[in-house]
Amino acid sequence: MTQEMIESAAAPRGAASAFLELRDLKVHFPTDDGLVKSVDGLSFQLEKGKTLGIVGESGSGKSVTSLAILGLHKGTRAHLSGEVWLDGTELIGASKEEVRKLRGSKMAMIFQDPLSALHPYFTIGSQIAEAYRIHNDVSRKAARARAVEMLERVGIPTPDKRVDDYPHQFSGGMRQRAMIAMSLSCNPELLIADEPTTALDVTVQAQILDLLRDLQKEFGSAIIMITHDLGVVAEFVDDLLVMYGGKCVEYGTVNEVFYEPQHPYTWGLLSSVTRLDRVREDRLKPIAGSPPSLINVPNGCAFHPRCPYEPQTGGKGSTVVPELVDAGKGHLVRCHLSAKERQDIFLKQVKPTL
Amino acid sequence: MTATAPDAAAALAGGSQPLLQVEGLQKYFPVNRGIIFQKQVGAVKAVDGLSFNVNKGETLGVVGETGCGKSTMGRLLTRLLEPSGGSIRFDGRDITHLSRAGMRPLRKDIQIIFQDPYSSLNPRHTIGTIVGAPFRLQKVQTDSGVKKAVQDLLALVGLNPEHYNRYPHEFSGGQRQRIGIARALALRPKMIVCDEPVSALDVSIQAQVINLLDDLQDEFDLTYVFIAHDLSVVRHISDRVAVMYLGKIVEIGDRISLYEHPMHPYTHALLSAVPVPDPVKESKRERILLTGDVPSPLNPPPACRFHTRCWKAQAICKQVEPPLVQIQPGHEVACHFPEERVLV
Repeated sequence: MTQEMIESAAAPRGAASAFLELRDLKVHFPTDDGLVKSVDGLSFQLEKGKTLGIVGESGSGKSVTSLAILGLHKGTRAHLSGEVWLDGTELIGASKEEVRKLRGSKMAMIFQDPLSALHPYFTIGSQIAEAYRIHNDVSRKAARARAVEMLERVGIPTPDKRVDDYPHQFSGGMRQRAMIAMSLSCNPELLIADEPTTALDVTVQAQILDLLRDLQKEFGSAIIMITHDLGVVAEFVDDLLVMYGGKCVEYGTVNEVFYEPQHPYTWGLLSSVTRLDRVREDRLKPIAGSPPSLINVPNGCAFHPRCPYEPQTGGKGSTVVPELVDAGKGHLVRCHLSAKERQDIFLKQVKPTL
Repeated sequence: MTATAPDAAAALAGGSQPLLQVEGLQKYFPVNRGIIFQKQVGAVKAVDGLSFNVNKGETLGVVGETGCGKSTMGRLLTRLLEPSGGSIRFDGRDITHLSRAGMRPLRKDIQIIFQDPYSSLNPRHTIGTIVGAPFRLQKVQTDSGVKKAVQDLLALVGLNPEHYNRYPHEFSGGQRQRIGIARALALRPKMIVCDEPVSALDVSIQAQVINLLDDLQDEFDLTYVFIAHDLSVVRHISDRVAVMYLGKIVEIGDRISLYEHPMHPYTHALLSAVPVPDPVKESKRERILLTGDVPSPLNPPPACRFHTRCWKAQAICKQVEPPLVQIQPGHEVACHFPEERVLV
């Protein structure tokens, strides 16, 4: 009840004003073992030209969210509810054909593993041209010219020759560039990058991030960057959403989340990463335990079995699901601890170890 | 008295010499053409002349891009591959060309942890069988049976000993990596080659496994060769770090001098490319962008192999190969124009 009130207060019903807006998105998969709540009530807004980072462990619902925005759960057994508004159009209730028209032209995705996302039997050029011809009524020749142009744009050397190569003839970094060329071929306004650099070397990662940044400046697209690398997040995103067990546990600008993190899970993430810029003389401080199974999400706060501050909630942690509340200036956090308690713990116990 | 003096000297020398000595190690994989009349048309020079030492109880980190020969090196050190040239001495003994049978007693001392915890455990064996295999293969007698020994190992790496009869699919990625570590530890090895042991794991689980490796090193005086592409993990765990490029070491040094005073342009590029989890600091850092990809090891560039991507390359870099020379005590660089640069 109160949950609904807060959400309705934050987002008035009706057509969304933001370019992309998710309202209480839920994606549940019925399985033989029970209902898997991959995404359980996710809401956020994203404007054009901005980048939203989504971080979380494997199985926290990051990728499922992006597939839901793209409408790729349609026709599967997944149960979707909530609303996804893209530039004034609602996508969850829209038909498969309507979403199909938007996918590729208005929104596009860059997948993590380009080798399995590209078709091995077709040339890179024909795969890019196919995407372009579906959304634009042009000749084969024009589409091919577009493919060459896009390959050049993403920095592939001698694009007029490489356009006829097959994916296996490209290196990992070049394949990822080709994927980016394909997703940008119709100038999408929303680009979802699902771990675009995880499989790449750091030197290539730097090239790809640079490329994405330049392209964003040029086209003014909105980007959702899904990753588990906090370094990439710090470098690339404006706003940051931390997911745990299918729910958003913290949301804020990247500076807020990095310098004034509010949620114990975010503290754990920040203090468990190894740092390039300094040596931690003592041991790392990992989060105890492992991520929850989504079939059997812990009662109450999903993080409570791993949370060192759970005893301070007086039993609420294991019984009541905390609400996403505003901790000031739109910095949202889902935690039972009071703002004062969080502030004390962060300043006294967490900050010195970061 | 006269008889014991040489023995004592030998013992002293044995105590001070490195556990692992590698000299000019090479591995060329032949490339053949033809089906019936095969002939060699070339060779992939995966590892081409590595020389380094690893002392007892220390961790040597090895970093480099994909295809630079890190994993091949790990497999040569454990003798899962036969070297094409050079020598490997382990604990004073030449193991370069030992046969399988000759190698077997040494397998107790040299172990490996693999990258992918999903493909390195047999899905049809129980954890007990997997972790107990070293005891059976080496015919090691344990005080109170193999089962007890395996359960002790499971407890040691932070798993529940009651999981003895479970199968690998019942465990998460982090737990599987712990099983791999338990298997490697079973016979109390002297050296463990860790080939990207944490890169398949989530951040919070990564930290758990790194701490575990740290604790085990302290407890059993282990020596690690830690292969990884994540420079921040290597900084945390290593005492010394070697940077590889196309089958060669371009820079090797202790952790502090390598990360704080890197000399080789490739090291500069690698370090500058790693984003730091700190938005303000990150926005102020300079970034060196390398163009293109690593050249093919089938036909590596002549002389300095990095000259095709190096912004400092001069004529000499294309003609003369820079040797690995000591710049400061314990810090060696293979570059014609080494230059210190602060990047982290």
